[in-house]
Amino acid sequence: MDGVDTSITLTVNGREHRLRIDVRSSLLDVLREDLGLTGSKKGCDQGQCGACTVLLDGRRANACLALAVAQDGAEVTTVEGLADGDALSPLQRAFIERDAFQCGYCTPGQLCSATGMLEEAARGWPSAVTGDLTADPDLDETEIRERMSGNLCRCGAYEGIVAAVKEARA
Amino acid sequence: MNAIGSRSRVEGREKVTGEARYAVEHPVPGAAYAWVVQSTVAKGEITAFDTADAEALPGVLTVLTPDNAPELAPVSDGELAVLQGRKVSYRGQIVAAVVAETLETAREAARLVRVTYAARRHDVRLTPDHPGRYTPDEAEDGPWQARQGDPEDAFRAAPVRIDCTFTTPAEHNNPMEPHATLAAWDGDALTVHDSNQGPSTVRSTLAKVFELDPARVRVISPHIGGGFGSKGTPRPNVVLAAMAARAVGRPVKLAFTRRQMYALTGYRSPTVQRVRLGAAEDGRLTTIIHESFEQSSTVREFAEESTTPTRVMYRAPNRRTAYHLTRLDVPSTSWMRAPGDAPGMFALESAMDELAVVLGLDPIELRVRNEPDGHPEDGRPFSSRNLVACLREGAARFGWSDRDPTPGVRRVGRRLVGTGVAAATYPVLRSPAQATARANADGSYTVRIAAIDLGTGARTALGLIAAETLKADPAQVTVEIGDSDLPRAGLAGGSAGTAGWGTAVVRACEALLSKLNGHVPPEGVEAAADTTEEVKGQGDEYARHSFGAHFAEVEVDVDTGEIRVPRMLGVFATGRIVNAKAARSQFLGGMIMGLGMALMEESVLDEAFGDHLTADLAQYHIPANADVRDLDAVWLDEHDPHVNPMGTKGIGEIGIVGAAAAITNAVHHATGVRFRTLPLTPPRVLPEL
Ligand code: FES
Ligand code: FES
Repeated sequence: MDGVDTSITLTVNGREHRLRIDVRSSLLDVLREDLGLTGSKKGCDQGQCGACTVLLDGRRANACLALAVAQDGAEVTTVEGLADGDALSPLQRAFIERDAFQCGYCTPGQLCSATGMLEEAARGWPSAVTGDLTADPDLDETEIRERMSGNLCRCGAYEGIVAAVKEARA
Repeated sequence: MNAIGSRSRVEGREKVTGEARYAVEHPVPGAAYAWVVQSTVAKGEITAFDTADAEALPGVLTVLTPDNAPELAPVSDGELAVLQGRKVSYRGQIVAAVVAETLETAREAARLVRVTYAARRHDVRLTPDHPGRYTPDEAEDGPWQARQGDPEDAFRAAPVRIDCTFTTPAEHNNPMEPHATLAAWDGDALTVHDSNQGPSTVRSTLAKVFELDPARVRVISPHIGGGFGSKGTPRPNVVLAAMAARAVGRPVKLAFTRRQMYALTGYRSPTVQRVRLGAAEDGRLTTIIHESFEQSSTVREFAEESTTPTRVMYRAPNRRTAYHLTRLDVPSTSWMRAPGDAPGMFALESAMDELAVVLGLDPIELRVRNEPDGHPEDGRPFSSRNLVACLREGAARFGWSDRDPTPGVRRVGRRLVGTGVAAATYPVLRSPAQATARANADGSYTVRIAAIDLGTGARTALGLIAAETLKADPAQVTVEIGDSDLPRAGLAGGSAGTAGWGTAVVRACEALLSKLNGHVPPEGVEAAADTTEEVKGQGDEYARHSFGAHFAEVEVDVDTGEIRVPRMLGVFATGRIVNAKAARSQFLGGMIMGLGMALMEESVLDEAFGDHLTADLAQYHIPANADVRDLDAVWLDEHDPHVNPMGTKGIGEIGIVGAAAAITNAVHHATGVRFRTLPLTPPRVLPEL
């Protein structure tokens, strides 16, 4: 390593890693380049597209905006960790069934984002389009679209994404 | 709806688990990282490089500049002459590159490279009367200019006239995966894992540039994160990655950043288009004149052929179409989804709507009245043409008959509501290809062709085509694509991929069937096909084009100028559909890009610096999930025996063609205001309400 190095511990998809990292590295680059977990994508490297979305301590986050050095001790779930062995998660299955992707480059981010989003909704967190802030949000199409708008898809697979999220939740 | 099949994508599992590897994600031990340095002036000469600080940084392997870069063999695309001189032709051009042990070091070292320029005054402003304007001799798609009758006289004599000028901005393709290459040399053999729209093309280009035997070059591209035309021509990344890998004697990964893409990977030219329509009182066109003014860089000539679709659309005895280029000190323009057709049909279909309003005629009826019997220029029959059927089908589905044509009268709360329609067209193209088909002893089949999957679902589509020819279950067919070592094939571009590859797959499967006698030996039976003769031999006795119709409903917020599109419908006549599931997605994707074109996509040129200001996704807006509401795409059951053995016409691009005009025509219906400059952002819309 050529910059200033430091050591951190990261638990990624349930597995603990002791890592020597460059303090300049983003979490995304550590995942992709150091751990070989290339499922998380780099669409912009500046927090504008959502392709790098992972679950960071259970919440969705843009891994390109997270400095790895600040994540010591964190638990990270990437797209590689969504399936249970060979069994795809309901969202993963629904994405295939509903044709919720074309090129697939935004897909890992969409999947991690949707996984985190369903959890947020289950906890009753409102979004910008939630009418009654005290009631449990009803995840209709408008809510899903709003909550998934941090993940851009240039192929325009939005209809399939919304349908897949609805189906996986049902 | 009718199709050869409807299957989920065969690589779906890889894509939802993160196993699918894109270009630089391929695991290669010992790879180094390259990072480019871009020019900070738009025109001039480099007078000095100071690379000392960059080279002193631990972990830097080399700094490549025109002073030490190896000489490359010249090719026609000047963009590929990477680091071949000290001349700067646009802002953002690659002037140096750093190769280092890590991404972080490469990036920091690139910042430390100091370049001194003798800048010259640049010229980046496109105007229709620019003194440097010229008419290109030839373009990929036929003659630059077509003229029949006496269009200008007929215009002067016409009882009803429309004369309007439309302006469309520069637009960037923005595939989600930035252009990227992992290059490795083994002696004089070069292997690249590259993000592109045609591995055979990339291979022959690399062989030329590095003066290699094409057999010593391999291009591997199993998955591509979108391209939309921007990966259709090899880009500087693939040349530079190979150059850097040779310089350091190690594999090198080079991925452009999103921001770098705005200068280095092509974009759609801005256009200024003047459309004149002359008509009789009954709406029959007597003349059509469509001219377009566009830009090209000084490095690479490229024409956005915006007036080409007008040649096939409507009947008129007098007609003229022409486009003109001006070479400016700007980054190179190139293919973006439906090049020419997308901006051209925005202009023509907007003008048709204006004519319908002036005549007090329903816009669908106006189009029906001007439907030609054959090709409007030469009368050749169309191999199939179902524009009117698309308009009628769409009208029925959309509920068009209830529409009150009066503009600006439907208000719901703060919102003005309106609906609009526009036609679509795209040429049916095909390139030659080779393919092999093999019957295996276990009863399965393997089809091999250097096709590529940009997100179209090419593996799945070709599997369906092969299975149909072989009368086999698609699950029994494995399709191998995405590798230049496979039988040579053309690009995924011009909506021609499936047509060209599919023809070769059908012929290979037919050849295989004729070899099979019921028994497959352990080593299998293989047959090959080459469609060069067949494709070249196809005559032009028919005009071959797809058609479609777009319908849109809009809501315009009178307080903010914000436009939302609650409903969009596309109806397409594109021959036979291969995979219903993926086809629908592709049509919708095109329509969504058309929505972006209408309402938000705009690359703003900074005239002081000479490049695009809006160089990231926070400033260049593409549609997000919440921008898209009720969207539907359907197709007619169209049989065309004159295109290719499958009867397909290509569906990758027609979804964007005409979509923007349907939206802006709906905005006129909603507000009574005609907007002739795209996109319709709130700052443009609000002052007019
Ligand atoms: S790569 Fe992180 S948001 Fe785009
Ligand atoms: S599937 Fe291609 S960007 Fe979403």
